[in-house]
Amino acid sequence: MEVAAVTPVRPEPGTGHDHPLAPVVRRDLDVARVKKDFPLLERVVHGKRLVYLDSASSSQKPLAVLDTMDRYYTTTHANVHRGVYQIAQEATELYESARAKVARFVGAGDPGEIVFTKNVTEAINLVAYSWGRHNLGPGDVVVTSELEHHADFVPWLQLREEKGAELRILRLRPDGTLDLDNLDQVLDGAKLLAITAASNVLGTLPPLRRLVDAAHDAGALVLVDAAQYVPHQSADVRQIGADFLGFTGHKMLGPTGIGVLWARRELLEDMPPFLTGGEMIRDVRFDGFTTNDVPWKFEAGTPPIAEAVGLGAAVDYLEALDMGAVREHERALTAYAIEALKARYGSALVVHGPPQPEPRAGIVSFTYKDVHAHDLSQVLDEAGVCVRAGHHCAKPLMRYLGVSATARASFYIYNDEADVDALVDAIGQSDTLFG
Amino acid sequence: MPGLEDLYREIILDHYRHPRNRGELESPPAIRAEGFNPLCGDEVVVYLAVDDGLVSDLKVSGQGCSISQSSASMMSAAVKGKTISQARATIKAFRAMMSLHGHQLDGGADGVAALSSDAEMDDRTGPEVAADEGITLGDLEALQGVVKFPVRIKCATLSWHTLAQALHDAEAESGG
Repeated sequence: MEVAAVTPVRPEPGTGHDHPLAPVVRRDLDVARVKKDFPLLERVVHGKRLVYLDSASSSQKPLAVLDTMDRYYTTTHANVHRGVYQIAQEATELYESARAKVARFVGAGDPGEIVFTKNVTEAINLVAYSWGRHNLGPGDVVVTSELEHHADFVPWLQLREEKGAELRILRLRPDGTLDLDNLDQVLDGAKLLAITAASNVLGTLPPLRRLVDAAHDAGALVLVDAAQYVPHQSADVRQIGADFLGFTGHKMLGPTGIGVLWARRELLEDMPPFLTGGEMIRDVRFDGFTTNDVPWKFEAGTPPIAEAVGLGAAVDYLEALDMGAVREHERALTAYAIEALKARYGSALVVHGPPQPEPRAGIVSFTYKDVHAHDLSQVLDEAGVCVRAGHHCAKPLMRYLGVSATARASFYIYNDEADVDALVDAIGQSDTLFG
Repeated sequence: MPGLEDLYREIILDHYRHPRNRGELESPPAIRAEGFNPLCGDEVVVYLAVDDGLVSDLKVSGQGCSISQSSASMMSAAVKGKTISQARATIKAFRAMMSLHGHQLDGGADGVAALSSDAEMDDRTGPEVAADEGITLGDLEALQGVVKFPVRIKCATLSWHTLAQALHDAEAESGG
């Protein structure tokens, strides 16, 4: 596929924003500098500095992404893959170059293996509807885990109901890691393993390589829900070895409304279309239709063009920071947070999930005394601290934990120790109401 | 800007710490109704015993935040021992109190919309509705501050939805 070599919407050095675009060798993340790229973080709420600790839900957006999308709309917008005029061609080039950037970012050699979706939920549903309904029948086994977000759970429940497939669940151990003692038995005869790369509640990082190898040995394909993984560490689909991998743009500095399904080309070529209509079609007659090539076969209708271009800018931004540095920053900050919470509150505060130094993502779910997470979150809001409170769209996991809700702090490139300190200080303020 | 003291009044915290009528009733004969808030996972179960047109007993179980639990506790205290029509009037008055009326905020009002869906909307305040219905809201008025925190309205209304369902089921069961 031809890919535009130039990216005219990329901010020009020295004229745009002072973010580190130049490729760098591995180095520490300069959080103070990164923060400057996120105007939203300058907001004051309830008279307090905004402390945003909910990036696992949705990340904030750097100026580079916002400006790129603005510039796309103010200079280039037209529908893609249609017009022969100049700006239509430029829009198409930008859209396809975003696809190429995303492909490169996750180590996919072939941009044709990148399908743009609405979000990771749609990416997983695409696989469940297209591959699943085409390949699974009564008694066929799908394996998933107790760690999953509803997005990687409900589609398989639905497939069980519709097709009579069998659903097996990899269970949790008390430390928040998966119990893999009988992995081979669970996978025996399976057609698909659908597994998260990083738990959105506990931060657990399952041993992907081991899981993928075991699944393949059992003859199963592997779908990886990488929504909490791709934004935070270097991801290489070939190294992971998965067959399908989904993630979403808005958790990785990009806009909402754009997600990604990566899948091996031969799988995509064999799969029937998911949504049908324009764009995904090659020919339509009264007696039938033929589909477009991958990936466009799965992109019915006018796609989210500006969103894809924005995601491309987000990828540029992350690559310039270096994903190794991003991961190391979050690992250190998470360790600092867990340490600080324990030091201040001792046994009054329970951090759920793998204990340090068990590897975990930059996600810390906790409960404080018997204060309900909603009440805690309300108190934290008063201090300007934004955390998620609730079941995190993972009710099977919450049942395992035996809690109806937790508070969850999650970290990204613009968070620093001062943000963690604000969180730690604010938690204790609930004592005056609920102590 | 509303402060936390508008939300967490002392009477609310008292009901949260010491919930009234907490527990279960044998069902049947009691009516059992469940309410869930799918967004936050809060759940409430209302057990309703009706005898000769009276709410002869009422118990509440479940789990949730201070607003949902205290609202359930206050609700139980407000309607236990009252007639069915008084209970319905209380629901109506509470419903009016939890509607945004003059505030007219967008978003977060899903709980209101759901609670109001089967009710005629008017411009009366909760206390006005209560006065017109010949009842008093009493402690329940402490929950008025919740309206200033629109995302929490659905916490306060969860148990009331569930009571309305239980009353409906009781009526259906009695062939009414």
